[in-house]
Amino acid sequence: MSVKKFVVGCFDDENVLFPAVSKVRKSGYKIHDVYTPYPVHGLDKAMGLRETSLHTAGFIYGLTGTTTAVTFMSWVFTKDWPVNIGGKPHFALPAWIPIIFELTVLMAAVGMVLTFCYICQLAPFIKKHHFHLRATDDLFVMVIECTDKTNENDLKNFLAAAGAKEINVQVAETDWWIGRYDKEQQLYKEPSVA
Amino acid sequence: MSLIKYESPIREPLIDGHKTYQDVTADICHTIEAKPTRLWYIGFGISVALLMFGVYSVYREVTYGIGQWNVNRTIGWGWDITNFVWWVGIGHAGTLISAILLLFRQGWRTGVNRAAEAMTIFAVMCAGQFPIFHMGRVWMAFFTLPYPNTRGPLWPNFNSPLLWDVFAISTYFTVSLLFWYSGLIPDLATVRDRAKTKLRKHLYGIVAFGWTGSTKHWQRHESLSLVLAGLSTPLVLSVHTIVSFDFATSIVPGWHTTIFPPYFVAGAIFSGFAMVQTLMLIIRKVMNLQQYITLGHIEAMNKVIVLTGSIVGVAYLTELFMAWYSMGVFEQDHFFKYRIAGPYGWSYWLMMTCNVVSPQLFWFRKLRRNVAFTFIMSIVVNIGMWFERFVIIVTSVYRDYLPSSWSIYYRPSIWEIGFYMGTFGLFFTCFFLFAKYFPVIAIAEIKHVLKTTGETYKNEMSGLEKMTDEEFYATTHHDHHDHSVKVAQH
Repeated sequence: MSVKKFVVGCFDDENVLFPAVSKVRKSGYKIHDVYTPYPVHGLDKAMGLRETSLHTAGFIYGLTGTTTAVTFMSWVFTKDWPVNIGGKPHFALPAWIPIIFELTVLMAAVGMVLTFCYICQLAPFIKKHHFHLRATDDLFVMVIECTDKTNENDLKNFLAAAGAKEINVQVAETDWWIGRYDKEQQLYKEPSVA
Repeated sequence: MSLIKYESPIREPLIDGHKTYQDVTADICHTIEAKPTRLWYIGFGISVALLMFGVYSVYREVTYGIGQWNVNRTIGWGWDITNFVWWVGIGHAGTLISAILLLFRQGWRTGVNRAAEAMTIFAVMCAGQFPIFHMGRVWMAFFTLPYPNTRGPLWPNFNSPLLWDVFAISTYFTVSLLFWYSGLIPDLATVRDRAKTKLRKHLYGIVAFGWTGSTKHWQRHESLSLVLAGLSTPLVLSVHTIVSFDFATSIVPGWHTTIFPPYFVAGAIFSGFAMVQTLMLIIRKVMNLQQYITLGHIEAMNKVIVLTGSIVGVAYLTELFMAWYSMGVFEQDHFFKYRIAGPYGWSYWLMMTCNVVSPQLFWFRKLRRNVAFTFIMSIVVNIGMWFERFVIIVTSVYRDYLPSSWSIYYRPSIWEIGFYMGTFGLFFTCFFLFAKYFPVIAIAEIKHVLKTTGETYKNEMSGLEKMTDEEFYATTHHDHHDHSVKVAQH
């Protein structure tokens, strides 16, 4: 839970946004985040974000599913209750392939989605500070964190020169909280800049 | 932007009209924000009425038993399983469009994937009702699940295709639902952020899960979508394969064929696309979305229909050939005396006409791009596909090994029909609610392709065509931002 001060620059064109991102980074400002209405390919690299390892997690969840299915069915049919089905082998691996496959897919998918929601803090009733409502419509909203050394006015002028259409300063909570979107709720009483 | 996907000017734009990002949002959110039309209320009312009739039919079946249906010992599966297979088949197009076409980089999927996925989910919901209520003692349906119980524990038979079905359908439903909803989250956030009324802000605030549009979140979202698409691709093929195993692993003449899995999958895609066409043609008209679901989209889907229809046709002929070639007396009798001829022969020829002969008209480009013709064909195809399942299920068993138990005069009871009508009610009730309260087109995905395939931007792309390979390489492997500038210069 931390309240920080941000300078927000809104762009309406991704072809202006990309040079602006690299300029801001070169000048040593710290980009808190860029909020975009759709996945802008290459923006993560331009911002210097590392690759996500969500797919690795998915692979591990999938393997968990495979292992669960194989061990469980083997245990049931060879140890717990071996049923003689027409004298066929108890360890009937080919017949188990459908269920092994389904469980692999199921665990990979469910695990990945839950992990995705967890690491992105997504859940019903979660509320976050939105720097600009049109970030989900047509604006690319670049949010720069202010430190002790940041000169707000310099930064504003800098963003204007880089092509931002709308610039403002916001003091905001960076974390999530439980709240409703039809009510103004803040976690903190007095906005105080750390 | 990173390398704008090479887009040939020969390809028609996927988004007609000169749209901006804001137009896209406004166009698609319009129906959510406006009051429902009279047409919507009428359609919704009819759907709910059908659903109620279905609920009553199911109530009769649960209270008085399977005897409420006209299925008998010879034709045990009748309409019920016919409807099950039919609905599951329809439920294949959504995931095919959203997953397989994503992996094949088919740009046109963006216009139709959201509604097709929703359709998939509702169709699988309908499908699931049939085997569950066919159990008779529906309150014991949970016996199919492998849970530690006090009867031993007695486990279900993992070698049985019917149990594979339980796993396949439930996995398919879960994964489709997750895929659909994870794609919806950013669009629901768009609706939330545009909301004017308090109630709408609150409700869409809940369902949008607090999505902000952060770049990191988008990066993970992309990774999630890609992996889910990769998982769904074999999944969607496995589901109807496993449904076909219900028949193919038996030793009943007419069911006992190795061709069933690919044949069923092709049939599923065939009927699924037909249902997508039916719904899309209504949606684009009623919701005024002709610029997003263009004639190009309709034509692309019709091409899939003519392809899969022909595959199904080949499968029908192969079955006949194999019956003849097998020299098996029972097999030959079933195909040549009981299926293509005999008291149910009419259903076979109806199936042949609807599924194999009539879709061939889609070889003509004019007809592929004709909305009214496509709409009629989409319904014809689904009637044909229903009869395919009826033919497979009923004509294979109605004359079994003991002539005294032959059952020629099977026709459904009113409660059997009512159950089927009820699932139509369920399907359309869900679909009407979806069409009113959810973005029927994937807003973020449309925005993503807008600048490559939107009508406004397409002309600017033609510069790429004239470049040599070296120039193309030099332009696209530079910093991303100056790309469009250079294209314009060429």
